[in-house]
Amino acid sequence: MTALLRRWTVLLLAAGAWEVWARVQRSTFFPPPSAILARMYRLWFAGPATHLFLTEDAIGNLLPSVGRILAGLAIAAAIGGAVGLAVGRSAAVYGYLDPLLQFARALPAVTLLPVFIAIFRLGTQMEVAFIAFGTIWPIMLNTADGARYLDPVQVETVRAFRLTAWQRLIRLIIPAALPKFFAGLRLSVSLALILMVFAELVGSSNGLGYEMNNAESSFDMTWLWSTLVLVAILGNLLNVLELAAEHRLLAWHRGARQHGN
Amino acid sequence: MLEITDLTHSYGPPGDRHLAIDRITLTVGEGELVSIVGPSGCGKSTLLRCVAGLLSPAGGRVVLGGVPVDRVPDGLALVFQDYSRSLLPWLSVRDNVALPLRGGQGRKPRSRAGRQQAAIAALATVGLTDTAQKYPWQLSGGMQQRVAIARALACDPVLLLMDEPFGSVDAQTREDLEDLILAVRRERDITILLVTHDIDESVYVGDRVVVLSRGPGQIRADLPVDLPSPRDQITTRELAAFVHLRAEVGRLVRGQQAPGDQVPGDQVPGDQVRPADESRPARAPQA
Repeated sequence: MTALLRRWTVLLLAAGAWEVWARVQRSTFFPPPSAILARMYRLWFAGPATHLFLTEDAIGNLLPSVGRILAGLAIAAAIGGAVGLAVGRSAAVYGYLDPLLQFARALPAVTLLPVFIAIFRLGTQMEVAFIAFGTIWPIMLNTADGARYLDPVQVETVRAFRLTAWQRLIRLIIPAALPKFFAGLRLSVSLALILMVFAELVGSSNGLGYEMNNAESSFDMTWLWSTLVLVAILGNLLNVLELAAEHRLLAWHRGARQHGN
Repeated sequence: MLEITDLTHSYGPPGDRHLAIDRITLTVGEGELVSIVGPSGCGKSTLLRCVAGLLSPAGGRVVLGGVPVDRVPDGLALVFQDYSRSLLPWLSVRDNVALPLRGGQGRKPRSRAGRQQAAIAALATVGLTDTAQKYPWQLSGGMQQRVAIARALACDPVLLLMDEPFGSVDAQTREDLEDLILAVRRERDITILLVTHDIDESVYVGDRVVVLSRGPGQIRADLPVDLPSPRDQITTRELAAFVHLRAEVGRLVRGQQAPGDQVPGDQVPGDQVRPADESRPARAPQA
């Protein structure tokens, strides 16, 4: 209980202070949190029970954004994980790809948006490709790192069992690289949110970024703040999801570390 | 069963090579348990890795059951010293033990159920049936090494190689594990090569004790262990023959010659005691 209190006290106090200040000032730019929450409810969560209380607007703008993030991350995880394993396990592949990887990683992904728009045109395909490209590097580089430094005792053990290359990959290399893969995925999840909003702000016919554009051009600050809060909530939810997956798949890793092995 | 001939191996870049083992010749008969003992840096582990086919020797050959060893042969199992690292932390104890059943040729269960059954049976041999669902890191060091032994036994090997298997467990556990190996040996048709730096252990478990010299490793002596079976931690260790043999092995490991005793160099053809060893005064023990 005290932990819960400690966790939420500062946030609630800050919101309360904002509320009082905004009401006293009648600020145009900073509407009170109660107004923002009320608007959020009306905008997105006052729908019929058959739609899980989601409104038309939520279905039209929130779901596409979530879908793009998940699709982009899935592509990045699949390609980044596979290439990362290859780079980590093969000195030749590493030699060929490392300069390219270092270069691609150093380039801020957002600067490539015009290129993606030129190639893919505006639309979901462009946004997914853009998110996938931007989030692939942390996953790839971390997985490569995890696959490169295997425990020599484990490698020799598995060799002594005469496992095939495929069995070694499944039983040794992938599990050993998994903690690093998740470390990369964690970084990519927060990156994906940034890239999603950015791509939708620049050119999209739906999504949360599109909604922010609309709110801004109609000078509706409560609407704009509502969208921002929703983006923050979405980011938190994605983090929680990632941590839950990690918690489940890496239970052995946590346990082994606690036992000092 | 196992014939090692003129086995030589060295490490390091050309021009600065460090000879690890030097012309080791050794024959191990079917069902024998041979202890290999020597000071640290005598190339014991190199020898074992060459026999296992994990390392290609620079010279000489290893023949197992009439077949030259050029990669890890079927029917061979290994137990490493570093059990906590050799057991895979992401697999349950049972899946760790079942893992070698997936690899190689030979008569092994092909179905998942068959493998799990064999794993449970192997765990029963080492008295750990009730830990099958646990992870290795949830077990004590001694139990982990038992799991490693079960894993080696699961694929029913003809030759078991053990690299200082009890080097990192406490004394009580060590005695239990020594007796476990002796029990396994009585029950199964298995040949064991056990590398150790513990002189007592080499005598207690062995049918023969092979003493290696300080690097480069050469065979200093090959002594038969003439002790009654089954062996017992208390009564065997108080036998005069045990005490005598232990002292002899101890002197050989330290590079001394027993005063008035037989000269070990005469026992093994081709064994050469290096001048440095001969010039060392016999009464000054070498730490």
